Amino acid sequence: MKKSKQFWPFIIVAVLVYVVVQVLISTGMMNQFYSNTLIFIAINIILAVSLHLVIGITGQFSIGHAGFLAVGAYISAIITMKLQLPFVVAIIVGGVVAALAGLIVGIPSLRLKGDYLAIATLGFAEIIRIVFLNIDYVGGAAGMQVSHLTTWTYAFVCLFITVLVIVNFTNSRHGIAAISVREDEIASDAMGINTTYYKVVAFAIGSFFAGVAGALYSHNFYIIQPGQFGFLKSFDILIFVVLGGLGSLSGAILSAILLTVVSTYLQGYPETRMIIYSLVLIIVMLYRPKGLMGTMEITDYFKLWRTPKGGGQHGK
Amino acid sequence: MEWIQQLINGISLGSIYALIALGYTMVYGIIKLINFAHGDVFMVGSFIGFYSITVFGLSFFPALILSMVACALFGVIIERIAYKRLRNATRIAALITAIGVSLLIEYGVIYIRGAQPEAYPDIFSNKTFSILGAQISMQSILILSVSVVLMILLQFIVHKTKTGKAMRAVSHDVDAAKLMGINVDNTISATFAIGSALAGAAGVIFGVYYTKIDPLMGVIPGLKAFVAAVLGGIGIIPGAMVGGLVLGVVETIVSALGFSLWRDAVAFIILILILIFRPSGIFGKNTREKV
Repeated sequence: MKKSKQFWPFIIVAVLVYVVVQVLISTGMMNQFYSNTLIFIAINIILAVSLHLVIGITGQFSIGHAGFLAVGAYISAIITMKLQLPFVVAIIVGGVVAALAGLIVGIPSLRLKGDYLAIATLGFAEIIRIVFLNIDYVGGAAGMQVSHLTTWTYAFVCLFITVLVIVNFTNSRHGIAAISVREDEIASDAMGINTTYYKVVAFAIGSFFAGVAGALYSHNFYIIQPGQFGFLKSFDILIFVVLGGLGSLSGAILSAILLTVVSTYLQGYPETRMIIYSLVLIIVMLYRPKGLMGTMEITDYFKLWRTPKGGGQHGK
Repeated sequence: MEWIQQLINGISLGSIYALIALGYTMVYGIIKLINFAHGDVFMVGSFIGFYSITVFGLSFFPALILSMVACALFGVIIERIAYKRLRNATRIAALITAIGVSLLIEYGVIYIRGAQPEAYPDIFSNKTFSILGAQISMQSILILSVSVVLMILLQFIVHKTKTGKAMRAVSHDVDAAKLMGINVDNTISATFAIGSALAGAAGVIFGVYYTKIDPLMGVIPGLKAFVAAVLGGIGIIPGAMVGGLVLGVVETIVSALGFSLWRDAVAFIILILILIFRPSGIFGKNTREKV
């Protein structure tokens, strides 16, 4: 298996990145601003990768990802703040409840296709937001106080597990079935693949990790309000996946890093940020509709580079 | 008598939704694109109306017409720049572009003039009539009459003119229409022009009725108008009118029952129920999927 060769280098790189950053933070060489940005990048990568599984791998165009983020954020906040349980429990329960929400949303709406599915997921995300807006237990529109618990260690471990699970899912036979749904739903149905099952599974896994990201997100901000999880948040996540390339995990990660850094520097100018985002989206769609990396992964480029005669696995 | 009052409020709101929904449904019928930017054309129309009333001192009807013309041009420009290249692209690419255009317009307007809301000038006296004990304001009558006139005009254009015939032909079958010598590009532009003009009119009426406008005002009415279009059967013009009115009345009833915070959720619940149980809408026919 070629894929398993990439496994140990991946682990080593991950551990190295973690240790270097952790040392920098604990020795105080990296100040609060940078470590916060890194945590934020990790959260955004989790979101990007989880949506990548739904849009990029399974081909189900969901624009309501912020709804599951909201579920994870609120449920985990309830667990730490109201029930006083540890943060790890909050992350897991946040993810599980978000996955359940994903099942509830996914089972009826994944019968729809294309733009109808997009609108239905958008509608569900709005409903989730309005539900939280109307529950006084979580503070309604004023929001809910959450203590700051997210650290680099939590963020990185969650990120690591997310990427590991999604890479392994994609390379498993289930992932290949999901890709066949993306490529041609009718054909894969005819090949005996239970398309609904794979769509719902991918949607639930994506929602689970969106919930995990939500737990990290809410414990990084001191306060959560329903207004943070509107359509614009879904759009922020969508642009990571679209820019990176629909179907490219490393593309999603790279664009999440790039856009998080860009938006951190443009924090004082929110309009400029949104104008840049929307222009990027339009230009990418008009001139390179498959995104920057298409369905290629970054490791494919290394292979192409080593065998210049185009012996890469994906051809091209 | 309270109920008649609420019903009239609902119909007023619904006719605004219906005017916006017409643009959605026409564009979807012809190029199968959910034009997310449509709600923002509505917002731009509202601002053009506002500035032509306050800055140029126009009265209501000239401002309405100016706003409709400007929005028609704006719609055609959007179509020519952003959507024309995407005729043969995947539906997802077109949808993402539409979302991008929508955000570009919203934040472009915020960038130019700031995000602060604007209060529409009072151009009609707050005279009210009382019919059957219900208080009906001038504005409601105005909204209703303008939207009824515009809808009749639209029916006339679609069914009695050559452009309308071309529009119906293109929405039926693009390739066959092309073979029959119809200029498809111009017909699509005409569709965008008409739809955007209606959205512009809706924007001005909205401003007069609700008095507060801001650059992000188009998002929620735009989404709800889309719900209205789906409710009536997307691509079907009478469907959009009925869908808009139904949605407006339902929302007003929900507010009147004391659930005003849930008002926005109702539209989406209706949308999801419709999509699941009758995706072709009230007036739609079921189509069989071909491999």
